[in-house]
Amino acid sequence: MKFQPVIGLEVHVQLKTDSKIFCGCSTRFGAEPNSQTCPVCLGMPGALPVLNKKVVEFAVKAGLATNCSISHHSIFARKNYFYPDLPKGYQISQFEDPICREGWLDIQINGEEKRIGITRIHMEEDAGKLVHNDVSGLGEGSGVDLNRACTPLLEVVSEPDLRSSDEAVSYLKQLHQIVTWLNICDGNMEEGSFRCDANVSVMPIGSDTLGTRAEIKNVNSFRFVKQAIEYEIQRQIDLIEDGGTVVQETRLFDPNSGTTRSMRGKEEAHDYRYFPDPDLVPLVIDDEWVERARGELPELPEHKRQRFIAEFGASEYDAEVLTASRGLSEYFEEAVAFHQNAKAVSNWIMGEVTRALNDSGKEIDQCPVTPRLLGELLKLIDGGTISGKIAKTVFDEMWRSGREPKDIVEEQGLVQVSDSGAIEAIIDGIMAANQGQVEEYRGGKEKVFGFFVGQVMKASKGKANPALVNELLLNKLKG
Amino acid sequence: MELFDLTIHELHNKLIAGEVSSVEATTAMLARIEAVEPAVGSFITVTPEQALADAEAADRRIASGNADVLTGIPLALKDIFLTEGIRTTCGSRILHNFIPPYSATSWEKLRNQGAVLLGKLNQDEFAMGSSSESSAFGITRNPWNTEYIPGGSSGGSAAAIAARQALATLGTDTGGSIRQPSSHCGCVGLKPTYGRVSRYGVIAYASSLDQVGPLTRDVTDCAVMLGAVAGHDPKDSTSVDTPVPDYTAGLTGSVEGLRIGLPKEYFHDSNSRGGLDPDVQTAMDRAIETYRGLGAEFVDISLPHTDYAVATYYLIATAEASSNLARYDGVRFGHRSEQAESLIDMMTKSRSEGFGMEVKRRIMLGTYALSSGYYDAYYVKAQKVRTLIMQDFTRAFERVDAILTPVAPTPAFKIGEKVDDPLQMYLSDIFTIPVNLAGTCAMSVPAGFSASGLPIGLQLIGKPFGEETILRAAHAFEQATEWHTRKANI
Repeated sequence: MKFQPVIGLEVHVQLKTDSKIFCGCSTRFGAEPNSQTCPVCLGMPGALPVLNKKVVEFAVKAGLATNCSISHHSIFARKNYFYPDLPKGYQISQFEDPICREGWLDIQINGEEKRIGITRIHMEEDAGKLVHNDVSGLGEGSGVDLNRACTPLLEVVSEPDLRSSDEAVSYLKQLHQIVTWLNICDGNMEEGSFRCDANVSVMPIGSDTLGTRAEIKNVNSFRFVKQAIEYEIQRQIDLIEDGGTVVQETRLFDPNSGTTRSMRGKEEAHDYRYFPDPDLVPLVIDDEWVERARGELPELPEHKRQRFIAEFGASEYDAEVLTASRGLSEYFEEAVAFHQNAKAVSNWIMGEVTRALNDSGKEIDQCPVTPRLLGELLKLIDGGTISGKIAKTVFDEMWRSGREPKDIVEEQGLVQVSDSGAIEAIIDGIMAANQGQVEEYRGGKEKVFGFFVGQVMKASKGKANPALVNELLLNKLKG
Repeated sequence: MELFDLTIHELHNKLIAGEVSSVEATTAMLARIEAVEPAVGSFITVTPEQALADAEAADRRIASGNADVLTGIPLALKDIFLTEGIRTTCGSRILHNFIPPYSATSWEKLRNQGAVLLGKLNQDEFAMGSSSESSAFGITRNPWNTEYIPGGSSGGSAAAIAARQALATLGTDTGGSIRQPSSHCGCVGLKPTYGRVSRYGVIAYASSLDQVGPLTRDVTDCAVMLGAVAGHDPKDSTSVDTPVPDYTAGLTGSVEGLRIGLPKEYFHDSNSRGGLDPDVQTAMDRAIETYRGLGAEFVDISLPHTDYAVATYYLIATAEASSNLARYDGVRFGHRSEQAESLIDMMTKSRSEGFGMEVKRRIMLGTYALSSGYYDAYYVKAQKVRTLIMQDFTRAFERVDAILTPVAPTPAFKIGEKVDDPLQMYLSDIFTIPVNLAGTCAMSVPAGFSASGLPIGLQLIGKPFGEETILRAAHAFEQATEWHTRKANI
């Protein structure tokens, strides 16, 4: 029997607000344990939540960017369960009336476009975390750090529209790109700013009855998502083929072994006893608010990608790379504004700029060579002032000093030599000194041509106009 | 007249005139507390050092000419209000050692006026009860007859007024917890409209019903106290941003032309619920006559869903409580079991040891009402009935300015009488609970005594944010009667 996997993802997106969702405490990562807490996020008796407006703005942005409809009326609900890292004994989340519903994302899979439904996006608070054995001053034992408690999260729930691990990863990458593009999430998966649970089931091909699903927790990298889903699909198929049945359960992914193991079964599943949180009034969002948010949305990656192809003649591949991040795409557009040779700008960004960024570990918005300076540099190349080879040297200097390329070129005397008399003189000298190679060339060994080009460029300290060198060399060698 | 017999407005005048200092008044109150506390048991914690320090500061403020009406006035708070640095227990063993790191907004407001804190008052554990017998710190007795309960849950707040241990107190009212003890102890007690007073820093029982309010000797003091604590608080999303009127200025003494509704379900039809105590009926009849004499008009009205109020309340209040009380787990504050062997065990044992019987009963009720498979039948249905009860009041208030009812079907009952019969205990709040479900305001005003000498209160229910109207009606009644001038012989 052949099986069809069915996958849905629940993604937790930590929002990049300065303060927490229901109190004024800082959300900064990595601070001294419990230093960013107050009566509200500590769950002190009598403390009450007050909604951070910024979180609502971010949620609306995320909803609009994923084609959701924004609820005019949404409510917060309490999700009740006991755990030492959950200060109030309940998590404030949304249940029956989430802020966003019924959206979608189009993913590219094997060159084809596929629409993945988004069931809902809701706002909620994060829990704290338990720290074991290594708490300073506590010695052996466990501690609770509530700095993360009450940090704002969005939960983005997809429809079970994904049919393979590749589709799941593609969807996840696109969602990741959108939330970082919107600048509402830092996208850091290692720190848990973007994390994912996967619901996986399999059904015989041709069947229209969904199989029993397992929910896999703790998959916090694209690679792990792929691994976990593939392992789980195979586990379920093997189980069914061996005559067993899949049980509904929560499973934990173990990144070390690449396997999943049962965490709790259906019987042990929590009854969260959701009910509307009486401490928070219903959230009312009018059309005006939504439209203003829509107006403030940046151009989204998909739209930008297609525009780069249409407007700048970029290849599919180039457009994809240039829109990998909002910063990169904006850098490209700004540089093109200074120098209209889009192809050259694109090549340089994907080449030298990316290499230098990678080498230095910098992000595009920290690039010392601004888009204008890159444009100026390319102008010098296309205007024949310097060669592409020299330009790389100039670029390195610009990277170090942030100076104007024109100044560097002048100061270091890097202007390209396009004076044919001067170049001919160099050629003559080299031919005289290398009679043997001249004979070889004239005897039909055309490979030697490269040797002469190299010698001329060396003698001119790289400044000779390469096209001119080629042309003059050819003439002279042919004699 | 002793210093401890004064009202707020009387003591204020003496303080301003320099006839007495706040330190003298506070010292007199502390002596009074010491004298009668063994018989009454109003307090969980008395704070003499704090009180005298507050009083000294108040005297300096009075001397500098910056006195507010509450500057130097000795008050006490139900132990449900967080007081920074002062133990706050909510009447529970689970908070026996809890020293709050911050203060309730309502206490902050009183404090900013220069009020003096005498201590923290006894109450039913987590405000769950009608008799002040469920506190982990002992019972409170009714100063009019110490064989009787003072009412609850703000029993300490009412008893302290009746025993003249404080000039005014704050309580909370979720289903009648200010009005019922006020009625049983012969003081004035007001439950404001939901959202009128901040709940920030007040330990939550049932968040959609809880409201802070004053208990005082007379209506003028009630108006003063309400004015001091009312108003929008950015820290409480459910507090309403509507202007706070000058409640004392509204006490004109006139009820001429005021239309007062008499809901038949609270009088004639209440037989099915055990009926009204004849002494309560007599007090109501006399009160109606008094109002007629003052020019008020009475209108027969109906609040048809009254019968469902108690059941509705015990679903909604317990559901919210089951969640509100989840934070008492021994992890960050309060009682932690020493018997525990694991994390979950620690939480379970701490709660088992820390909570009393009634609290456990309500947590279980509420957990059940919210459980998967029962949620629609209980919680959701209760919310629908709540809407119907709210609509009853909305319709009634299209015809009347205020509603008059008894506060409780009987005067105070004996200590121990209903401890083992929770349903009977719950029914003592039958006339107060609908007001909380509707979210509107109501108050208890002294309206007579039973044959055995126990106070009886009448309830005036107002429109949402109609506190001015019921205060005015209560004040007019007070002017025309002498019930509020009687003092418990203790």
